[in-house]
Amino acid sequence: MKYLFPILAILTGILLWYALSIALNPVIHVGGITLQGAPTEQTMGNVQRIFYYHVPSAWTAFILFFINFGASIYYLIKRCPTADIVALVCAEVGVVFCTVVLVTGPIWARPVWGIWWTWDMRLTSTLVLWLIYVSYLFLRRFSSSGQTPVLAAALAVLGALCVPFVYFSIWFFRTQHPQPVMGGGGSIDPRMLHVLLINWLAFSCFAFLVCWSRFRLEKLQREVDEAHAMRSLMDEPGQSPPMAKASIGKSGSAK
Amino acid sequence: MTGNPYLFAAYAATWIIHIAYLSTIVSRYRRVKREIEELKK
Repeated sequence: MKYLFPILAILTGILLWYALSIALNPVIHVGGITLQGAPTEQTMGNVQRIFYYHVPSAWTAFILFFINFGASIYYLIKRCPTADIVALVCAEVGVVFCTVVLVTGPIWARPVWGIWWTWDMRLTSTLVLWLIYVSYLFLRRFSSSGQTPVLAAALAVLGALCVPFVYFSIWFFRTQHPQPVMGGGGSIDPRMLHVLLINWLAFSCFAFLVCWSRFRLEKLQREVDEAHAMRSLMDEPGQSPPMAKASIGKSGSAK
Repeated sequence: MTGNPYLFAAYAATWIIHIAYLSTIVSRYRRVKREIEELKK
């Protein structure tokens, strides 16, 4: 168990490197073996390769927001602190991936559409989704009320409702954005789909590891906060804080 | 070879964002470790 995280981190690193190689090259040679990469798109050229980072980042963000939704519902029903931590962690990492989508999208749009940004439904709804989860994180960061996890969970439920709207907005509205690759009537070369799925797998593994690290950190932080609170309650002259010390001992072993 | 600077910019931006976030996790982890050491004293 002690070595599981480093082993997974190394495997994810290799997978990310492989995904990057096949995203950037039509053919790659590894130790005498020839591997098929993503072909160059005829109209857009190499700039189309942004797709292999843009789309998997969007899918990963959506999955994280859905996990956040599930964990928030569970927290609202059961008041389970672990569910609260899972919700927070998934929202935070989801916002990072959504930021990648919002940054890589305009970089791709500029050479293809001739503009960095347009206020069409897909782009605007993605920005709104990002703002909802940023406000969720601001609420978690700056509110010290005991009701903060409940309010955040309620906000997360509303935020998650926006995810299918973002995904299917190109169905319901006329937009400049291309059709969705999955379940939206869009078509894609099988070699491109293969590279896309490998990149998605790589980013999903990376997101899982980041969430894992962030989960452990949040748990540790809460134990330390608890110990601080316990110490300040029990800190009277001539009295030691045995419960606080016990809690810290537990924290150390959780690493 | 069209759009290579944009391709480079997009890939670089992706990793800059991820590395920046990972560095915040590392700095928060260090702070928590320091707090634990202080509490243990």
